Amino acid sequence: MTSQNTISRTSDLSGQEYQYGFVTDIETDLAPKGLNEDIVRLISSKKREPEWMLEWRLKAYRYWVELNESESEPEWANVKYPKIDYQDIYYYAAPKSVTEAPKSLDDVDPEMLATFEKLGIPLQERAKLAGIAVDAVFDSVSVATTFEKQLGELGIIFCSFSEAVRNHPDLVKKYLGSVVPYTDNFFASLNAAVFSDGSFAYIPPGVRCPIELMTYFRINTADTGQFERTLIIADKGAYVSYLEGCTAPFRKTHQLHAAVVELIALDDSQIKYSTIQNWFPGTPEGEGGVFNFVTKRGRADKNAKISWTQVETGSAITWKYPSVILKGDNSVGEFFSVALTNNYQQADTGTKMIHIGKNTKSTIVAKGISAGHGNNTYRGQVLIMPSAENAVNHTQCDSLLIGDKCGAHTVPYIEVRNPTARLEHEASTSKVSDDQLFYLRARGLSEEEAHHMIITGWSREVFQELPFEFALEASQLLKISLEGAVG
Amino acid sequence: MTTLTAPPASVEKYASAFESLDDSDFPQWLITTRLQAWANFSDLGIPIKRRGNELWKYTNLRPLADAEFEYGTIGLVSLDEIRSNGPWDDAWDTVVVVDGNFSAQLSNLHGAAGLTAGSLAEAISAGTDDVESQFASLAGRESYAFTALNTAFAGDGVYLGVAAGAQLETPVHVVFVSSDLAASRVTYPRLLVSAGENSSFTIIETYINLAGPAQLTVPVVEFFVSRGARIRHYRIQMENEKSFHIGTTRVDQKGDSSFSSTSFAVGALMGRNDIHTQLGEPGAECTLHGLYMTSGRQQQDQEISTTHAMPNCTSNQFYKGILSGKSHAVFSGKVVVERDAQKSVANQKDLNLLLSRGVRIDAKPSLEIFADDVKCGHGATAGHVDRDTLFYLRSRGVDEDAAKAILVRGFAAEMLDEFKPAALKEFVERITDGRIETLLAESDTLGTV
Repeated sequence: MTSQNTISRTSDLSGQEYQYGFVTDIETDLAPKGLNEDIVRLISSKKREPEWMLEWRLKAYRYWVELNESESEPEWANVKYPKIDYQDIYYYAAPKSVTEAPKSLDDVDPEMLATFEKLGIPLQERAKLAGIAVDAVFDSVSVATTFEKQLGELGIIFCSFSEAVRNHPDLVKKYLGSVVPYTDNFFASLNAAVFSDGSFAYIPPGVRCPIELMTYFRINTADTGQFERTLIIADKGAYVSYLEGCTAPFRKTHQLHAAVVELIALDDSQIKYSTIQNWFPGTPEGEGGVFNFVTKRGRADKNAKISWTQVETGSAITWKYPSVILKGDNSVGEFFSVALTNNYQQADTGTKMIHIGKNTKSTIVAKGISAGHGNNTYRGQVLIMPSAENAVNHTQCDSLLIGDKCGAHTVPYIEVRNPTARLEHEASTSKVSDDQLFYLRARGLSEEEAHHMIITGWSREVFQELPFEFALEASQLLKISLEGAVG
Repeated sequence: MTTLTAPPASVEKYASAFESLDDSDFPQWLITTRLQAWANFSDLGIPIKRRGNELWKYTNLRPLADAEFEYGTIGLVSLDEIRSNGPWDDAWDTVVVVDGNFSAQLSNLHGAAGLTAGSLAEAISAGTDDVESQFASLAGRESYAFTALNTAFAGDGVYLGVAAGAQLETPVHVVFVSSDLAASRVTYPRLLVSAGENSSFTIIETYINLAGPAQLTVPVVEFFVSRGARIRHYRIQMENEKSFHIGTTRVDQKGDSSFSSTSFAVGALMGRNDIHTQLGEPGAECTLHGLYMTSGRQQQDQEISTTHAMPNCTSNQFYKGILSGKSHAVFSGKVVVERDAQKSVANQKDLNLLLSRGVRIDAKPSLEIFADDVKCGHGATAGHVDRDTLFYLRSRGVDEDAAKAILVRGFAAEMLDEFKPAALKEFVERITDGRIETLLAESDTLGTV
């Protein structure tokens, strides 16, 4: 049933530029525009947060103010955008009917449920059939979490971040900011001050999470910033696979998205984190679109493994470097990425692999596709600390250019402080070869079909890391995103 | 001179020397150029900023900015000192520059047809060929502290003109030597090479340092490569182990020209080899290769870049490094393919052999591509010689020291083979063998892990 649903859903995708460009007309509870201590306090009180949480937010806010005053907004990335006016953004927007927290799915605004149906999220019963637990974050507030009970029996906690703050303060206190401190960077500080919700997952020792956990993010209200925060903890020997999807409606103005994701993989555990990022990319003329400034980082302890897979087709600007701190001996970090920029999209994305423990291994496979006037940059760091005896890294970055107005850039930073390390980095940049195209065209495929087939094949190394349904969606997304770029 | 509001502190140290420059012999255009360069340097200062300073991300210039260097004294150097400290062949046309000034006495020129080689100051005074329009047009007017600093003090150096169609059979050797004086001094070597259409020649550029204390050498070299010209270039950097060497080479290539360069960087406490080639017309090709070796607390910094501005050009960057002791090497390679440069082919590679704990390598091989019909690739590696490899040689009866030397020498061989003139090849091999002894003496991981 699920696969039927998925197939019909994806077949609907063709012939549309941006399927998710609808606006859901529901009442929202908006805090006034602008950022100050009162807004931070307001967000905290709306979430009924304990004092320590507010204190942490305020520390972050004060730090961010310093950064903002000293003009420390990062400028090193290869992206151009008009200066963001941080006082012209709504920092809190909650769907009104949710302010009285829903007791069950029946309490959820039907119009919102309709939205999720349009999105094709298998919420409610369909969720069960799909075997996915969904935490849907709608304009920063977690709407409903399915499967909580079933997971609870295994001791797995999967809930909204606000609930975690209220119900599992010890875990949150212990791990919040331990991988991405509020002082990490400009956007991480901003997030720490004003984050409104997000997802929290905790997998107890030795437990293999039987289903894939999933969060769906959507920005609905105009001029809203979305600042969600995700914290996932895999205790010793645990395993979890986590999926994240995102969409936003058509807006001719830009929307700011500054999220933080922290992963903690304790000894012998494994976290697999997959993202399909399909925020609104802006119009083909380059108007509007989401500014996606995201800090994602995981810490892998002894024998632990963290694997990031991302398919980035949306956003006007993507600024994102999912990283792994390989702290424990024998820990493993992986990064698989396909990033696509079409029209006037810009992406500066990559990863950081920080090797600290002995015998640590990391693998990076990054594929960049540029079309239209898009600019796509791979920026990655591999750092081998003096303590990282026998560390191994293999990096492969490939870029594909479609059309003569786009750009593809590769900027790896390889920093080695231990002579026993082995590092290999290779990269290539080219266009889709005429010979390959000719071969497929000679067999009756249209130019567009041929391109799609070649690009999907070329991206396979990354797609095969995705859970099955996501892989199908990713391939369709590439096709839609590239419409008009070929021929 | 020009008055400016509060120049950076590091500028002050160079100000009095600049103010006392004697420019009475120079044409007005050079005086103007120098003034502009000084104003530029005064604005910029030594680039010591640690944040957002991408061009100097891995090299801290604070020690250089803090050090004091005298300017203007010229010492004496004998021909024997030059011969025994650098590559030498009597058959080569050799131009010698002592402490920044051309020395007719030490130079050894055979009057090859089509070659104009001699003092840059004389070429400027005489208005030789295009020297006025060429000088500082590639390096000296842009917003970069070290080319500005050199240009502000530019007076003498070497001018090398090769006539259109001339095919020089023997290499031209340009030696920049720092004399054996007691003081820490700064020199600004300058070389301008103008290669006529379809000319062909080999040029060797050597830096020798006979001084005891730390010297600062800030060379600037400009190559103008006309249509169809072919240049084989070698760069030998042999500064003393306390010195700073911050070299900048700028190459402008016209259609169907070829510029092929191999660098050999072993000297200086901090050596920087910054080379940029501009492939400005269709069909140009460039090859930038090099070998760097670091030991003790040395640092070698390679800043290698090529711009493909027009279609059908080819570029190739390939560097190899051997690091031992507590040394540090940086490779920053960049290939830019501009919008119109279709059918570009570019390759970039940096391979490093790490011999001991405490070494540090930072490699940043980057590509910026704006044209779609291109073939560009790059690669970078860092690794060590493992136990098994050493065991293989040992089990064939090679003693441990010899086996280690063979392995390191084998890694370097590919680059050493590029040095074609016999006397030059003999020189770099001799120096490399000596260096390998030092590298191995400081090695604590080779074949042990």
